[in-house]
Amino acid sequence: MNKRQIKLMQGNEACVEGALAAGIKFYAGYPITPSTEIAELCAEKLPQVGGKFIQMEDEIAGIAATIGGSLTGLKSMTATSGPGFSLKQENIGYAALAEIPCVIVNVQRAGPSTGLPTAPSQGDIMQAKWGTHGDHPVIALSPTSVRETYDLTIKAFNFSEKYRTPVILLLDEIIGHMREKVEIPNSDEIEIIDRLKPSVEDADEYMAYKPKKGELVPPMAAFGEGFNFHVTGLMHDDFGFPTNDANISDQLLRRIMKKIDNNVNDITMYEEEFMEDAEFLVLAYGGTYRSARSAVKKARLLGYKVGLFKALTIWPFPEKRIREISNKIKKILVPEMNLGQYVLEVERVVKNESEVHHLGKVNGEAITPEEILSKIREVL
Amino acid sequence: MNTGSQLIKNNFRVEKLPHIWCPGCGHGILMRAVTEAIENLNLDKKKVCIVSGIGCSSRAPGYMDFNTLHTTHGRALAFATGIKLAKPELKVIVITGDGDCTAIGGNHLIHAARRNIDITTIVFNNNIYGMTGGQYSPTTPKNEFGTTAPFGNIDKAFDVCKLADGAGATYVARGTAYHVKQLIKLVEKGINNKGFSLIDAISICPTYYGRKNKKGLAVDMMNYLKDNAVDVKAVKKFQKEILEDKFVIGEFKNTTEPEYTDEYNKILEKVKHLHK
Ligand SMILES: Cc1ncc(C[n+]2csc(CCOP(=O)(O)OP(=O)(O)O)c2C)c(N)n1
Ligand code: SF4
Repeated sequence: MNKRQIKLMQGNEACVEGALAAGIKFYAGYPITPSTEIAELCAEKLPQVGGKFIQMEDEIAGIAATIGGSLTGLKSMTATSGPGFSLKQENIGYAALAEIPCVIVNVQRAGPSTGLPTAPSQGDIMQAKWGTHGDHPVIALSPTSVRETYDLTIKAFNFSEKYRTPVILLLDEIIGHMREKVEIPNSDEIEIIDRLKPSVEDADEYMAYKPKKGELVPPMAAFGEGFNFHVTGLMHDDFGFPTNDANISDQLLRRIMKKIDNNVNDITMYEEEFMEDAEFLVLAYGGTYRSARSAVKKARLLGYKVGLFKALTIWPFPEKRIREISNKIKKILVPEMNLGQYVLEVERVVKNESEVHHLGKVNGEAITPEEILSKIREVL
Repeated sequence: MNTGSQLIKNNFRVEKLPHIWCPGCGHGILMRAVTEAIENLNLDKKKVCIVSGIGCSSRAPGYMDFNTLHTTHGRALAFATGIKLAKPELKVIVITGDGDCTAIGGNHLIHAARRNIDITTIVFNNNIYGMTGGQYSPTTPKNEFGTTAPFGNIDKAFDVCKLADGAGATYVARGTAYHVKQLIKLVEKGINNKGFSLIDAISICPTYYGRKNKKGLAVDMMNYLKDNAVDVKAVKKFQKEILEDKFVIGEFKNTTEPEYTDEYNKILEKVKHLHK
């Protein structure tokens, strides 16, 4: 086996390295702090692997061109932050309904509006789920370290290809700009998933939106391969043609939701620590998880029976596992850099099984281990 | 030469017809003209990609048997830019409306033109927002009416051709739904231009623009196009005063400049030695 390469890198850089490992060949975007390094690195590295980079005129054009790139068969990504994520919303919904795989990175910064452009935040958790109008499938992942950023970027591409859907990668300024030593896995250690394609012989009968029997994800042809199919953001039939038919519309929306709902076990990633005898739980994600872990370790030394839950998949919410845990956990604390977003989901799922507490911070500073520890002492 | 039915059989998704447009709408004539230009050029159908935004005009690609993409309002050129850069071998054609292209999509228009990316844009220009029921658009002439300009439009109208020219398009022309033979030629030349081409194709919307502005029936509106279009080659013959109420059609610009995907290919060449 080859020796693994070890590199000191930034979260944003790990995102680009992960994307390259996953097979990215197209990037379109518009610069914005604190995501800009992702665009800069793609501009430099993509042509070196025969890929394409373009700086578009705004974020709307960035995701539009990204979807266009994907339609020609290339793995495509765009990256942005705060205001730019707001601008991308309409076309995220387009990619969801038209079932075009792509990855959208949002390096969260403090908002609303221009807010604190260089400060970290986890304020876009609900926007990632509900930002575009209408019901729609969502996969959102959030790493807690530079290495995880590498891994989850690959996962994001894999999920987008496997389920023919846009995937949102939620970094925060802490993770995006932090430098850590990363041991880069060899290519034979990485699982890469490519979209399912129809065979060329089937071109005449190709139905771009009809999955094979018993399946949920239709094989996807690329433009220019002879399939001459139609793609629209209107509700459409199996051929991709617009329809007003109530049944067809209902079935289509339910199918694209089911792609995620029926595969939560595959998509949901989380880690648990200190759980054997735990009576209390701290649930954290992204940059805040790092402080949470340090706080939980200190609390353990002080004799508190605290467990730790790391959510790597933000959406779909790890509902089943949290419900199980709530049966034996008395209190759950959710620290996050917002005024109460993910905690709402925890409350919804645990109902009254456990008492749920929140520690929120929105002044542009990271939540410290001390703050979490003192909250643990206060509520537990 | 193709008879009509052959042209339709070869290039349209016949089972999707009839189209959704109102009787008398000019968009169907324009759609056919675009298709005829593609047919005349003998393009490989598998390599033709037609992209549109949202509007009555933007419904055209759904009927056309190529790689077709109906996107979001105003964004056709941004999607098309991604497609063209990702797969330059495709002939990318954008069908868009005056609102789609010059209001919500104006930013994408000027930047696609500035890049001189090899995309041919045909603006189905009916001087109104048809799909949403007759609101004024950036090409509604001053003092005319729309449902959102009940007392007359005070906005100055865009000249789409001058806009595209100023932004850097290398082929710019205007045709109409009446002067179809000429329009087909203009579209052909636009497609053949290696760079950004824009054809302002004047359409008619009897349902809203016509009714709101008392322009009569579809036939009257077609006659208006016939009587008021002056060919660019003949402009010099007329006095200024006579031209005031007329509009100019024909080819305004046909130049050659470096094309975007060619320039990107040069970058790919330049970094080839770095390939892993
Ligand atoms: C983001 C967004 N804003 C507004 C609309 C509503 N809308 C649909 S079509 C249209 C105008 C279309 O006018 P034009 O592009 O001139 O095409 P026409 O219908 O006249 O052919 C508008 C405003 C929309 N679909 N999306
Ligand atoms: S509303 Fe106007 S533009 Fe739309 S189909 Fe009818 S006539 Fe054509």
